[in-house]
Amino acid sequence: MTFLGMPTLSGEPFPTAARAALGDAQLRRNLAKATGTIRAKRARVVEELPDWAGLRAAGAAIKDATLADLDTHLLAFEADLVARGTTVHWARDGAEAARIVTDLVAATGTREVIKVKSMAGAEIGLNDAFDAAGIAPIETDLAELIVQLGHDRPSHILVPAIHRSRAEIRDLFRREMPGVAPDLTDEPAALAEAARRFLRHKFTTVDVAISGANFAVADTGSLVVVESEGNGRMCLTLPRTLISVVGIEKLVPTWSDLEVFLQLLPRSSTGERMNPYTSVWTGPTEGQTAHVVLVDNGRTATLADTVGRAALRCIRCSACLNSCPVYARTGGHAYGSVYPGPIGAVLSPQLTGVAHNRTLPYASSLCGVCQDVCPVAIDIPSILVHLRGKVVEDHAPVAEAAAMRALAWAMADAGRWRRLLRAGRLGRALGRRRDRIGSLPPPLSAWTGTRDAPRPPRQTFRDWWESR
Amino acid sequence: MRVALFVTCLVDGLFPDVGKATVTLLERLGHEVVVPRGQTCCGQMHVNTGYARMALPVVRNHVEAFADADVVVTPSGSCTAAVRHQHADVAREHGDRGLADAAAQVGQRTYELSEFLVDVLGLTDVGAYFPHRVTYHPTCHSLRLLRVGDRPEQLLRAVRGIDLVELPAADECCGFGGTFALKNPDTSTAMLADKMAAVVGTGARVLTAGDSSCLMHIGGGLSRLRTGVRPLHLAQVLASTADAPTAVTR
Repeated sequence: MTFLGMPTLSGEPFPTAARAALGDAQLRRNLAKATGTIRAKRARVVEELPDWAGLRAAGAAIKDATLADLDTHLLAFEADLVARGTTVHWARDGAEAARIVTDLVAATGTREVIKVKSMAGAEIGLNDAFDAAGIAPIETDLAELIVQLGHDRPSHILVPAIHRSRAEIRDLFRREMPGVAPDLTDEPAALAEAARRFLRHKFTTVDVAISGANFAVADTGSLVVVESEGNGRMCLTLPRTLISVVGIEKLVPTWSDLEVFLQLLPRSSTGERMNPYTSVWTGPTEGQTAHVVLVDNGRTATLADTVGRAALRCIRCSACLNSCPVYARTGGHAYGSVYPGPIGAVLSPQLTGVAHNRTLPYASSLCGVCQDVCPVAIDIPSILVHLRGKVVEDHAPVAEAAAMRALAWAMADAGRWRRLLRAGRLGRALGRRRDRIGSLPPPLSAWTGTRDAPRPPRQTFRDWWESR
Repeated sequence: MRVALFVTCLVDGLFPDVGKATVTLLERLGHEVVVPRGQTCCGQMHVNTGYARMALPVVRNHVEAFADADVVVTPSGSCTAAVRHQHADVAREHGDRGLADAAAQVGQRTYELSEFLVDVLGLTDVGAYFPHRVTYHPTCHSLRLLRVGDRPEQLLRAVRGIDLVELPAADECCGFGGTFALKNPDTSTAMLADKMAAVVGTGARVLTAGDSSCLMHIGGGLSRLRTGVRPLHLAQVLASTADAPTAVTR
């Protein structure tokens, strides 16, 4: 099987990766169906709440207040964790975090770990670090397992295998999953049963588990994992060693703050009133060793940016991905970053540097639907524009900057502007068919590849106005 | 009422008929239209592409051109949004507080056409006659930045002779997005293809919207595919009367 538009996390520009993805008809069908379904579900359950706007404003306010005082909350959180017997580690970047985790696993003598689905784990490149250290990571989230068996990359925050159809998953299971029946069908129940058999064995035999956390409650030192399948809970309770990788922005001050997010998250992400499994743990269970790795990896720098910091409110619900017309057509791989979609386009450049993500801030038509559906009201379009400014500051394409400068010069003065528009009438020579221009030179050929351009009129509005 | 028309750079240079229709409509409703000479462009393309610093003199020019106007009307949701929501921020970010304040003032007095007709003039029936099957595309910035809601549809429903048909997935972006269409041509085209399929599926003869930019994009696609669907700005539909009908063929 070939994977069109696949993943190079190596920084292939978005337009190039998108072109390949757009050419994959199966991918576009899978995406349109999945995002359409989840979008409709979300809209229904959000609609039924009497004061979604108020809840959303509360979520945004709690996150902003917590971020403004993050150092205090983090120290309180650490003190609680330590007091209850958890070992706390601090990691400046992804590489350091991955090293801490692999060292901890290596120290247990185990060669296999089970994993709870976690974006933080993906962000710090944990699976690659495990592979390099000779440790086998086993994904227990069904979609993550599908991605892992396919030697693939996740393409969605919530549904990592959204780009796969049921038939593709059946073929994958038949080929890659140990002990699977050769006549496995593509019925969801049959696929789930096959995964269950495979995972049950791992839950009962593997001794070390890796988790992330959806939330961390500062005043009790509690970690929270929200999930649909219950596989995470198996990982959290059965293994003797539990290592949790937590981004420092995951904190909420108190349990009553958590209440707000447990209403916002499931409705925004899966379109459910409540998710099936919510696990909260405060310190290790008896006989268990617990570690928490607190990860910065660009978050402190993001916090310093007064416009960009709002992205740290994100609770990884993926409502913006499911609503974005760009994501729905290109899929997550085209973004070439761990976090895809609109939130990825603002988060990834901030966490890993604008220089490595120059096309991501432009991977949006600024239609604004992402902001509308965001449960914590992140103004994603404004952050995208802000980041475009940063891209331009250091890496503006020379021809584009020159054209923009010339246009701005003309637009700053009505006399110059009028002369430019009059000169534009020369463009009439290009129009033939039905007063339309079918072909323009680069870079405007990007327009006329698929659309006719309007032929300049004989008379501008201004000239008409003054002549009437 | 004395109304200052912000005609927008696109309408001035490429779609003068939209500006003429806006003038015709406002004058028919009994208002005096003035066109401040100093105006050019709102600078949105610069700001949205990351060139906010370059846009600063363009913003200053716009604010100066409209500083004396009591009320500004423009046939564009997108440009209204830029004037109302971007100008003051751009000025403030570049340290010009005086300009930021003046820009905020101009922004408060600037209205998109359907907002002006419904909210300021209190009209939904503007006396138009347009005997064609029409479908309406609510442009993203009208919908989500200005929240014009169903004002354009209220105006269209009151047009005599019109056969207004609903556009499926109307609130989905057409894929224009300013320089997005040039920087991401393939993705933009994929979005456009779905929008065009929806438009053609309605059987409408005319596609209307409140922004010439989106109409230029969708219309450019419809023309390339020779669908026969004609893009017309909302102002052109509302300006049409039995005595002076807006032409649909060309």
